[in-house]
Amino acid sequence: MTKYIVKRLLLMIPTLLGVAVLIFFLMRIVPGDIVELRFAGESAYAQKENLDKERARLGLDQPVWRQFLSWMGGLARFDLGTSMWTGAPITEEIRLRFALSLQLAIMATIVAILLAIPLGVIAALRQDTWIDYVVRVISIAGLATPSFWLGIVFILGLLIIFKWLPPMVYTPFWVNPVQNLAQLIWPALAVGYRYSAVATRMTRSAMLEVLREDYIRTARAKGLWEKLILSRHALKNAMLPVLTVIALEFAFLIGGLVVTEQVFNLNGLGLLFVEAVGHRDYTLTQALVMLVAFVFIFVNFLVDLAYAWLDPRIRLR
Amino acid sequence: MIPVRSRSAAHRGLVAGLAGWLLLSLSAAADAQERPRYGGELVYVVPTEPASYDGHREGTFALIHPLAPIYSTLLRFDPNDRTGTKVVGDLAESWRIAKDGRTYTFKIRRGVKFHDGSDLTAKDVKASYDKIVNPPADVISYRKGQYTAIEAIEAPDPTTVVFRLKWPAASLITALASPFNWIYKADILAKDVHWYETHVMGSGAFVFVEHVRGSHWVGKKNPSYWDKGKPYLDGYRALVVKDGNAQVAAVRAERAHVQFRGFTPAERDSIVQALGPKVTVQESPWDCVLLVGMNHEKKPWDDKRARRALTLALDRYQGSQALSRIAIVKSVGGVQVPGTPYATPPAELEKLAGYSHDIAKSRAEAKRLLKEVGVPEGFSFSLKNRNVPMPYEPVAIWLVDQWRQIGLTARHEFIESTKWEADLIAGNYEVSVDTQCSYAVDPDLDLYKFQSMGISGNNYGRYVDKTLDDLYQKQSRALDAEERKKWVRDFERRLLDEEAHYFYTLQWHRIIPHSAKMRGWTVTPSHFVNNQLDGVWLSE
Repeated sequence: MTKYIVKRLLLMIPTLLGVAVLIFFLMRIVPGDIVELRFAGESAYAQKENLDKERARLGLDQPVWRQFLSWMGGLARFDLGTSMWTGAPITEEIRLRFALSLQLAIMATIVAILLAIPLGVIAALRQDTWIDYVVRVISIAGLATPSFWLGIVFILGLLIIFKWLPPMVYTPFWVNPVQNLAQLIWPALAVGYRYSAVATRMTRSAMLEVLREDYIRTARAKGLWEKLILSRHALKNAMLPVLTVIALEFAFLIGGLVVTEQVFNLNGLGLLFVEAVGHRDYTLTQALVMLVAFVFIFVNFLVDLAYAWLDPRIRLR
Repeated sequence: MIPVRSRSAAHRGLVAGLAGWLLLSLSAAADAQERPRYGGELVYVVPTEPASYDGHREGTFALIHPLAPIYSTLLRFDPNDRTGTKVVGDLAESWRIAKDGRTYTFKIRRGVKFHDGSDLTAKDVKASYDKIVNPPADVISYRKGQYTAIEAIEAPDPTTVVFRLKWPAASLITALASPFNWIYKADILAKDVHWYETHVMGSGAFVFVEHVRGSHWVGKKNPSYWDKGKPYLDGYRALVVKDGNAQVAAVRAERAHVQFRGFTPAERDSIVQALGPKVTVQESPWDCVLLVGMNHEKKPWDDKRARRALTLALDRYQGSQALSRIAIVKSVGGVQVPGTPYATPPAELEKLAGYSHDIAKSRAEAKRLLKEVGVPEGFSFSLKNRNVPMPYEPVAIWLVDQWRQIGLTARHEFIESTKWEADLIAGNYEVSVDTQCSYAVDPDLDLYKFQSMGISGNNYGRYVDKTLDDLYQKQSRALDAEERKKWVRDFERRLLDEEAHYFYTLQWHRIIPHSAKMRGWTVTPSHFVNNQLDGVWLSE
């Protein structure tokens, strides 16, 4: 097991290296230039000397291969550098937003799990009954409804009916839990609902498949209590694909909630990502891509470990 | 004065049907009679954030709105002047201009203190302006080009600053009132000239408390402010809200008193409808405009007859009526905001290509010119535009329709802002929507862009016109207002009519619906000025 974990951890390195190379060169292909954006653009007084000074300060006057080596050298030292746009350390820019994005991802995941697993299991157990149909309608509606649209509906509903709007500034949970939840519960519900739709359908189909397995029939033949069959044998095995879906969605939520963050005015990583790309802030964009790639890879790794626990037939060697 | 009241009154009529509440422009008069109330925190929304904290280095309102209350400037624009052109002293108690217009002597107020408790003197003003006018090699001064006339800055004693010029500069006073020209502490600059890029410390009406990037800014009242009795507010909080709908929701839900940049007509109506008498709306022509740039290096736009045809096709008056209902554009203007000192009166403006009320005649002339150049009926070209919906999208759609009426087919390319800008800079376009915004209505600021490529950093028309450059210099050095007006008109005629290098669509229109509790603030044509908040107060 230890050997497997070490091997998997080491395998992350070439994957992250590949991502680093790809994002570095992709950013250089995209048209637009941070220096012109900041110091030319709308200013008629833009002077070439200003542009040259800034290019030199940012290291953009260096050949691309040298910029690449400098970036890779920083990565090797776990130094993400500074944002080209703000000059602030990238770790600081990410730290400011990470807590909010992580909390929102966790809350949305909890909402999704609380909805998806009971609904998916009930739909599977009551296949082709009205209960199943209702669950299927709920989940298909969730798939068809973008979370940001639901967010807008929440905002408008709160504004028009209650003349109230969630707080606009993030307060950490440990500082003021009420204020914190008053702000994040709405986006968590909006995102969690869409997220649950995917997981509900996956839970339903996985449960249907598992309930037809020989070992379930054997358990029933042995006279085991139905609840025990469902919880210990069926649900546990049906959770394998559901876990994958939930984990990948969770990783996506860390940096992918751009529009939802906009709608609820959340200072999260998604908006930071879009701004970094819009500003052609190479260093910040590259760091954020690395962060998201790392989250995806790490979550996948955890899912693989969880597989072994959920299904004893899987042996990690 | 800008005829804001009459324009606003017209608008009020439109909105009245929707909501019935639009308390336009009355607040200023009411404020004068009311006694300001002390206390409270003004909460406002800022739609974006600056890259650094250094006003000398940045060009965005996103820095001005949250940090102008912290700083003082040598001069400022009168906070009660709706034209945003009248300059008054801030740190300068008085000033004197030599007869030859080449020496400006400013007397600095005594008793002004920085927020760290030290005295602000002429030495600090000199050090700040030295940084702006003659920055050290590794320092960027965003507006250095506006101060080329300055030869030397002297501080002969703690209360006197002297600017000596190489030549007379008609716009110097305006340039010295720039809301970006914050006065920094000389000792700090001497130790680290980059300190103010990452730190905030001024001498203004409010003291900096915190900035949480992506979230908010906070300032609190400066008890040692030089203007005794001010500020009225205990403090302010600027919330960073990037999404337009969320900004409207913040004002509608009374989570914020105001957003100082501006809202669209639909957003104004939504706020007015929701808040009724709890909201006051102030409006003004805006010193921002969407231009049409034609690449002079591409055919047929190298021929002024083809360029003239494009501007002749526009029915600006009808466009103003239709577009002002859905977009932040309204006034028909030339190179200066209508109603401001150097603006061309409507009767004279009508003589320029594309400004006639007889649109049928203009379009017939446009077709004749196109035929003369050899542009066939149905000629197709691309119109590049940035993917910012308001007001770029509706104005571009209007342009496409106007040109269709003279037999031209414009393909609207709505592209990402950064790419659009890169294409303009590289000359990778045929015809494009372009933009111009100034921090104050002033001929030097507003006309600089249109000088020849190589002089102007963003002349995307890619032309060289020595006559136009000469006219710019003449107006810039004319100290007599009437003489300057004449040169500005000549410049305008050459730019928009004779050569049709560029042309103006419609002036932007600034709409500020704000909580009726907020008093002591007057809208101006610039969203860069009147943000020091020292005279603002809350009635409840």
